[in-house]
Amino acid sequence: MNGILPLRLEEVTFAAGGHAAIDRVSLELTAGPSTILLGANGAGKSVLMRLMHGLLVPSAGRVRWNEDDPRSVRRRQAMVFQRPIMLRRSVLANVEYGLKVARVPEPERRASALEALASVGLAHLAHRPARTLSGGEQQRVALARAWALHPEVLFLDEPTASLDPGATREIETVIKAFDAAGTKVVMATHNLGQARRLGDEVLFLHQGRLVERAAVDRFFPQPASAEAAAFVRGELPWA
Amino acid sequence: MRLSLEVSLSAVLVATLAGLPLGAAIAVGRFPGRRALIVLLNALMGLPPVVVGLLVYLLLSRAGPLGEFGLLFTPSAMVIAQTLLVLPIIAALCRQAVEDAWLEYEEQLRSLGAEGLRAALTLVWDIRYSLVTALLAGLGRACAEVGAVIIVGGNIDGVTRVMTTAIALETSKGDLPLALALGFVLIAIVLALNAGAYLVKDAAQRRFG
Repeated sequence: MNGILPLRLEEVTFAAGGHAAIDRVSLELTAGPSTILLGANGAGKSVLMRLMHGLLVPSAGRVRWNEDDPRSVRRRQAMVFQRPIMLRRSVLANVEYGLKVARVPEPERRASALEALASVGLAHLAHRPARTLSGGEQQRVALARAWALHPEVLFLDEPTASLDPGATREIETVIKAFDAAGTKVVMATHNLGQARRLGDEVLFLHQGRLVERAAVDRFFPQPASAEAAAFVRGELPWA
Repeated sequence: MRLSLEVSLSAVLVATLAGLPLGAAIAVGRFPGRRALIVLLNALMGLPPVVVGLLVYLLLSRAGPLGEFGLLFTPSAMVIAQTLLVLPIIAALCRQAVEDAWLEYEEQLRSLGAEGLRAALTLVWDIRYSLVTALLAGLGRACAEVGAVIIVGGNIDGVTRVMTTAIALETSKGDLPLALALGFVLIAIVLALNAGAYLVKDAAQRRFG
């Protein structure tokens, strides 16, 4: 099957209110390695991810997938946000909703949704109202909603930032399963341990610019740029 | 009393069917003149019933554009007038509620590929409990107004006389105890409808979160 990857960003800039949140970023993402967007709050991780996913339109530059049909591009990627948005319906119906919007025929939806819930360990809660679940469980439902779509690329925007360590471990297990199933994982985080556990390569952002790109094995022991070195040491130059 | 309820509930029903999609479309849509339309819709919530009554009277009167249907001084005319009064209230409150929800849901829905009409319908269904309040506001307006129904209905005994027009009549005849009693009955009915709606909404909300 012809994939939507690689994804190319060419001199992408995103400016809002006279301030460039993303400043002339060029990069290429290929299938395979898990990519971690690393950087301090306000470095532009979330904005860059939304530009890639198509939720934001660049002020300048281009975002190009290896596929021209926008419907097909949208359909083959998914995103999980920091705060899961659950519709006021059952857990199962939340997962089925994503399939319905993606035009999966009705007979297949239920089975796909149940399979996805089983893969995140929530099959037993399928008929509970989604909003009554805990934060960690809701985030797993969001992952199941993405899983059911079998995306080629999964964007994750600090998916565990507001969760406790136990829930974080469960989420990380699911993310690893996505990776093992061949989905390209692109995750924003400022949690260094998580970046090490889940990532293959790091894109380090500082003040809207892509400062460094390196394999995880190399980035953490020997960051090349002064900004990344300071971030890894936990010394924030502006603090 | 039965006529009062029939007329007002019918008006709220029609206004709901038209007002919810209208409000949701304005909330989610982006088109020129949207802001002006929102201001207009909000302003129409304060439409004076007598003015609406007068306009509908002119439309339905024998010489008016819709005169041939012979609707003036019938309950249908009263439903039309009240629908026009209730529609802006339901549409404007729905617009605000959907817009607030859209801020919260937009990224997730767009990420899944739900935009436009589909997104609007999803939002309306998801905030259905909040929209109950909009319907109750509309119902309150319909049950309470007298200006529109007295003009287009004519307050004909047994045909178009409703609670509010009866109260107005008894008051001008000087039968204050009867007017007052009717007033209390009307308030009791509205209270009962609101209590029922609240209980249903509360139970559903507790169940679905």
